[in-house]
Amino acid sequence: MVNRKWPETWQEVNPGCMVFEPGSASEYHTGTWRSQKPVWNNEKCIKCGICYIFCPEGCIHEGADGYFSADMDYCKGCGICAHECWPAAISMVEEG
Amino acid sequence: MSKRIGMEVSIAAAEAVALCRIDVAAVYPITPSTHIAEHLSSIVSDGKLDAEFITVESEHSAMSGIMGASAAGARAFTATGSQGVMYMHEMLPVASAMRLPVVMAIGNRAVSGPLNILNDHGDIMMERDTGWISLFAQNGQEVIDMIIQAFRIAEHKDVMLPVNVNIDGFILTHMVEAMDMPDQDEIDRFLPPFVPYATLHPDRPVSMGTFAGNDIYTEISKSKDAALINAKKTILQIWKEWEKLFGRKYEPIESYRADDAEILLLTMGSMGETAEMAIDALRAKGMSVGLLKFKLWRPFPFDELKKAVKGAKILTVIDRAISYGGPGGPLGIEVRSALYDESSRPAIFNYIIGLGGRDVTPEDFMTILKSSASQAKKKAMKERYVIYGVRES
Repeated sequence: MVNRKWPETWQEVNPGCMVFEPGSASEYHTGTWRSQKPVWNNEKCIKCGICYIFCPEGCIHEGADGYFSADMDYCKGCGICAHECWPAAISMVEEG
Repeated sequence: MSKRIGMEVSIAAAEAVALCRIDVAAVYPITPSTHIAEHLSSIVSDGKLDAEFITVESEHSAMSGIMGASAAGARAFTATGSQGVMYMHEMLPVASAMRLPVVMAIGNRAVSGPLNILNDHGDIMMERDTGWISLFAQNGQEVIDMIIQAFRIAEHKDVMLPVNVNIDGFILTHMVEAMDMPDQDEIDRFLPPFVPYATLHPDRPVSMGTFAGNDIYTEISKSKDAALINAKKTILQIWKEWEKLFGRKYEPIESYRADDAEILLLTMGSMGETAEMAIDALRAKGMSVGLLKFKLWRPFPFDELKKAVKGAKILTVIDRAISYGGPGGPLGIEVRSALYDESSRPAIFNYIIGLGGRDVTPEDFMTILKSSASQAKKKAMKERYVIYGVRES
């Protein structure tokens, strides 16, 4: 039996498609939607945290050194962080 | 013991809802279902029913409100019609997808435009594909009975689907009729407290109404379709039980003098009783006519329809709604489709009648039946469907 994250056949669908496991949405990696990724230039970064505040996915985190990075499992590449970063320390780069 | 009452049907409907001991009602009053909302509100404010009556700002909120209540484990009800049903539209398929057993009474009314407040079935037919169980009442007694049955059907563990009860606007909602009102003990025995499949509770976390992408949406849709089809078995069981308890029989398609009839008339809702008079009059003149009345619109009663029309030469389907630019009235379209694969089937005629509250009389049905018979003799119906009684120049 394969441990599946969601039902395989229609008979396995819970009534109302209810999910009984809390927080299971985190198992869905929205990072696969991304076509561009944010790249930080820490020489320009002033550690203001605007990117962290504006990220709609909540996937930008502050590192121990005070600089920021995105969790690529969840970053959809929307570019809002790059748009809001006023020192222009973030650029959106095509996924290769 | 049931009590014999003389009462406006809307008031009786609200009394029936109270007998079901609902926990929550959220209603935005709209003609012609307003009296249901008003009377239910009075019952709650007078302290006769321990329920929350939410005075919402729109029908969209009414439906959302009872869905939320149902998800939290409450027995919940709303009533509406016409524009109100259409304003709820966005939430209706969500209620069925989430398998929330809410009950809605619809005072059926024509939809705008032009603005009209009188009866036809245009409102519910637009909601045909939303995954609800759909019942049609033909008189006040059936309104009381079906509302009570609706909660039992909806909440049954093998069903778990929302149910709408269709009540012809004004013709039924505002009619004062003699009816039997069951007493509280009888209904308490018939309708046990609601035991939800799952509820929103912090101690037992569940997610309801989640996102589903292209990898699973098809499977969910199939499971919803199967649930609705499968619900018929339980509906029939519950109707049998009702008959045993109260002596009133309910069937997906009720027949009246139809067993040996060559010409059958098929109606929905309150037209059934009017049509009985036409059948009696034509039978008295020796014409072999009978009547079928659709009570269960969804899930569609395929087997019962096939059985009911067996042996008939002509089937005249009466619709109180129209699919503009399409193949006819919704009932006519579906009956044609349901019988298409049968090796022998009656000639099918489809008449659209009573739009926007235009009166429907026994004489109209007699004219229609005679016209179907003469067209069948000529072996062709000139048009796919006829809008009956339309003035032409």
